Amino acid sequence: MALLEVSQLDVRFALRQGEVKAIRDVSFTLERGERLGIVGESGAGKSVAAFSLLNLIAKPGFIAGGSITFEGQTLNTMSERGLRKIRGNRISMIFQDPMMTLNPVLSIGEQMVECLKAHRRISSKEARAIALDKLRQVQIPSPEKRLDQYPHELSGGMRQRIIIAIALLLDPDIIIADEPTTALDVTIQAEIMALLLDLCEQHNVGLILITHDLGVVSQVTQRMLVMYAGRVIEQGPTREIINDPQHPYTQGLINALPQMATPGEKLNQIRGSMPSLSNLPSGCAFHPRCDFIKRADGQTRPVCIEQVPGFVQAGNCQAACHMVAELMEDRRLKEESQ
Amino acid sequence: MSTQASAMAANHIPAENVDTAQPLLQIRDLKKRFSLSGDFLDQLRFKGGKLIRHQEHVHAINGVNLEINRGEALCVVGESGCGKSTVARTVMGLLSPSEGEIHYDGQRIDHLSSRQLLPYRKRMQMIFQNPYASLNPRMTIQQTLEEPLRLHHPKWNRQQIADKVEEVMDSVGINPDWGKRFGHEFSGGQRQRIAIARALAVDPEFIVADEPISALDVSIQAQVLNLLMEAQHARNLTYLFITHDLAVVEHFGTRVAVMYLGTVCEVATTATLFAKPRHPYTQALLSSIPRLEDDRPQHIRLKGEVPTPVNLPSGCVFHGRCPYANARCIQEIPQLQMQDDGTRVACHAVEEGRL
Repeated sequence: MALLEVSQLDVRFALRQGEVKAIRDVSFTLERGERLGIVGESGAGKSVAAFSLLNLIAKPGFIAGGSITFEGQTLNTMSERGLRKIRGNRISMIFQDPMMTLNPVLSIGEQMVECLKAHRRISSKEARAIALDKLRQVQIPSPEKRLDQYPHELSGGMRQRIIIAIALLLDPDIIIADEPTTALDVTIQAEIMALLLDLCEQHNVGLILITHDLGVVSQVTQRMLVMYAGRVIEQGPTREIINDPQHPYTQGLINALPQMATPGEKLNQIRGSMPSLSNLPSGCAFHPRCDFIKRADGQTRPVCIEQVPGFVQAGNCQAACHMVAELMEDRRLKEESQ
Repeated sequence: MSTQASAMAANHIPAENVDTAQPLLQIRDLKKRFSLSGDFLDQLRFKGGKLIRHQEHVHAINGVNLEINRGEALCVVGESGCGKSTVARTVMGLLSPSEGEIHYDGQRIDHLSSRQLLPYRKRMQMIFQNPYASLNPRMTIQQTLEEPLRLHHPKWNRQQIADKVEEVMDSVGINPDWGKRFGHEFSGGQRQRIAIARALAVDPEFIVADEPISALDVSIQAQVLNLLMEAQHARNLTYLFITHDLAVVEHFGTRVAVMYLGTVCEVATTATLFAKPRHPYTQALLSSIPRLEDDRPQHIRLKGEVPTPVNLPSGCVFHGRCPYANARCIQEIPQLQMQDDGTRVACHAVEEGRL
């Protein structure tokens, strides 16, 4: 059994205007030591998916269906007390903005010791020694000095290193990182990503990396999910998706990158923008922006407008697209007739 | 430049005797400091029984020299705090330089009053990073787009203004029927289109774009970038494009200036810079772009972090993090020096042939 299993997760927000379905029917697994990327644009539901894993969805949001199983325990029905034993201990999180996650009135050392003592019965001295060791692991210069410093005394890159040290503090099984380097500069981003990758490999920690940056995902993760308007629309091994994306949205996203075009030429753009979650198009949510909604004979594929696509296997990847399903069916028929 | 191209340029700009060889914009030895010490009374300190005046400054730009030629897109790249946005704002006259000069089309403009600047403001326009902040929430799109026209074309009648607004809305792909709507009714990408329409409304020849696509999603970034390139071709625009995204630079820029801690460390044509980065900082910056390709070269790891611009390092501002720094780098400030292929690099190691 996989370390973490998410099946048919459904998260909604009960707003005055009505219920908004933030994510629907999201399923994935994570093995021990595996690195999984969740990619999508803003509003795709990738952060909601990550937050709901630890039941961190605040009201008016709630998990309306599905299950999250970690080592055989169902997290979404667990008590707060039980969850507290898992949060930060077995599954820890790294957020986008390190200044928001660190407590500004406590020194780095106090925050780390507090976290250790909440989960383990150890003395402050022992806790401090562990904290120091973790700061060394994240390659912070003069770690003894940092323990007594406050978050505002450190730079953005340094703070994010501290956050990673805190995430590793209790030797977790999984780290969920929500856009961990988006607020940082490219040179610092490269350092932090390399560090995170090294540490995850060293300690055999599973990583769920949420990002909008396809470059980062392709360098760090082994498998990836692409989300659009609250659903997973493609999943599979990262390298295969990047090299040969099946879903028209994934194709569009990759082809829209400036590095995919000849300098000075027009970029391949996806027309329109992501629909609002409270007003989703019928059928496949991507159909108003999709170039493949028309068949080869110029006829619109009605099923795209009428029916939500399920996953079809394409190589080692799965894509939720009627066009891909049709292609696969054609290929199968051709093979059978031969 | 060919005669045809210069004829086109002359056709577009109705000024007399346009000298196409002369750069459109020249930034000469520009410096900008921001005071951290408050007003005069805040600066007074008692020290050793004496009352002294103590001042601290952020040295945002320290001697920047740049030229922008007609029809090109000069990209300024660098990490946060390197002074790239300050350069953009100083060029536009939104900030006044502490030292140095800015020449636009041969005329010095940095010391002009806002009334004297008015004719230049019509020729140079700005697009800001965050379209959520740069559109007035109380104005409809129609009003937003009419405002610059009323200011710069006081003699135009209502119909002329309405026609022009419709034309620019059309040219950026916003339905002209949406003029009665407010900014908040549009998505981020649409808002940025409106901000671009506002800049284009007065038919400028020069546009300063400060991170115009950084706040947008990937699929929308491509749309807006395409729009900016289309406008450049259709209107023969010149861009000063500020960004931290090197992939965008590679696609969009004619030339690139790399900035670090308030100084320009390398200026080159885009193709040269990406094929053969000279300055150690440029090399590190290029190596850290996350690429989609499988076989990534190891990125160059820099020591430490960007120093504070309050107390600038001596000599080359990059020496503390540079793997090639020697005693000379710590003492002497390197100047931009022309290389064989026209690239200009400010680095002692490159000059001495050590790199």
